[in-house]
Amino acid sequence: MKKLLISFAILTLVLLMSFTSSQPDLKISMQRGKKVYDTYCLTCHQADGAGVPRMNPPLIKTTYVLGDKKRLINIILKGFNEAVEINGDYYDNPMPAQPQLNDQQIADVLTYVRNSFGNKASAVGIGEVKVERMKLKK
Amino acid sequence: MNRIILLVVVLACYTFSACAQTGTPVSLKLPSGFKAIVVAEKLSRARHIAVHTNGDVYVKLERLRDGKGIIRLRDTNGDGVADEQFAFGNYGGTGIAISNGYLYASSDDEVFRYKFNNKNEIENPDAPEKIVTGLVNKRQHASKSITLDGKGFIYVNIGAPSNACQEQDRTAGSPGQMPCPILETAGGIWQFRIDKLNQSYADGVRYVTGLRNVVGLDWNTSVNELFVTQHGRDQLNTLHPTLFNNEQSAELPAEEFFIAKKGMDFGWPYCYYDPFQKKKIQSPEYGGDGKKEGDCGTKEQPLYAFPAHWGPNALLFYTGNQFGSKYKDGAFIAFHGSWNRAPLKQGGYNVVFVPMKNGKPSGDYEIFADDFAGGAENLTPSKAKHRPCGLAMDKDGAMYIADDQGGTIWKIIYTGK
Repeated sequence: MKKLLISFAILTLVLLMSFTSSQPDLKISMQRGKKVYDTYCLTCHQADGAGVPRMNPPLIKTTYVLGDKKRLINIILKGFNEAVEINGDYYDNPMPAQPQLNDQQIADVLTYVRNSFGNKASAVGIGEVKVERMKLKK
Repeated sequence: MNRIILLVVVLACYTFSACAQTGTPVSLKLPSGFKAIVVAEKLSRARHIAVHTNGDVYVKLERLRDGKGIIRLRDTNGDGVADEQFAFGNYGGTGIAISNGYLYASSDDEVFRYKFNNKNEIENPDAPEKIVTGLVNKRQHASKSITLDGKGFIYVNIGAPSNACQEQDRTAGSPGQMPCPILETAGGIWQFRIDKLNQSYADGVRYVTGLRNVVGLDWNTSVNELFVTQHGRDQLNTLHPTLFNNEQSAELPAEEFFIAKKGMDFGWPYCYYDPFQKKKIQSPEYGGDGKKEGDCGTKEQPLYAFPAHWGPNALLFYTGNQFGSKYKDGAFIAFHGSWNRAPLKQGGYNVVFVPMKNGKPSGDYEIFADDFAGGAENLTPSKAKHRPCGLAMDKDGAMYIADDQGGTIWKIIYTGK
């Protein structure tokens, strides 16, 4: 029983630590990313990242947000307008391409989205965005 | 130990918000003397509804539930609560209506009808007649709302699969297409015959045009005309940040209520209605700056302008007597509830009433039924418990409301208490 309690305590500590990450770069990127999100994303995906039922998809715990970063970067660069199932539902509105955002803004907003609304995933670096944008130019 | 487990569960709930959804029905706020009865719950996405003369309620589901897209609710003991359900129809959709012994229902690209027998039962629930087929269905604004004139015609909304007919939909900087090619096959109401099978565009008439998307429409039997409610365009601010701020974008354009006479043009995508300037303004995708009218003065003006982005999803002219003379021939409108007012406070999520005389509003609107959203703090569409989407009246004058978020059907009666 004691062992169980101790392991619970350790688990809780680890969880808490991972939620209160103190990486300064991440924090700054998140702050910049929130500004980008509030300007370009919030109206459709909403303040809680939950989107609009059957219209604009949620950004919470979906493979699109938490999975392959290349795919996610390309959704910002090229937009997205396909009938795909996301967490058991379909969404009707097209996601417009956001060519006006620079590489830093895209890295920041994706880092923000991947670490907000209950999400926890690795940051997106400016280099990763640059690589994907270069591929589009070829 | 129990306490720790409880704490962990509570923490998990808090962190992952998976426990936030509950099945507790919301009690609606109604004017005094009215009462709401929960007819059925958890029907999934209950869109439009129709009530037969025998009291059976037919509910169109947007998405199939156990393989079926229409549910018949029957109250066998007269307490208002449905105690029998019968499901049929292998397609999802929105439109449903009853007229002259037939039930009509739509998918997102076709319209079907089912004959009632002399016992008020549908003769062949698995073999409807397909009267309309091949309508534009490109996901966005794809629902096909229907109403009938009782004189041999059905009116089908074909929403524009677009926000403002830009070359690249919803993309900042993309110009409006001139002329907008979408209007040839969508962005209006089409009229078809009820007694001809497999009609498509060539067999129908584009009855009215220049409507971005209509979900709520009804035939008004007191003046014998079609009336529609339009979902106005989105995103003036995100697409045109130099012309509109968040506050303006939340209040523009108005949701418009129109009389729709054959041949009318309501102006989408070239114009939108500004309720503060009280006129149609040229869309910024077509050279507008928030003030210029262009030729928008030639487009039809609304009978009534409602707050922006509320999402009128059902229109019902109240022809009954139960609610009293104030409501006779007036219009009930179900507002699905906004999303495009963000980051400002959302609005709608209610059913409003507009008094009418001779087919014209005779006073201001009032909120008739409210609190569908369930009082969520910082309401967002996904947090709303219910979103009103369908309206219908039975022969006794009771009104039914359908909700496509929680799947609840309410029956509203007047008791005087």
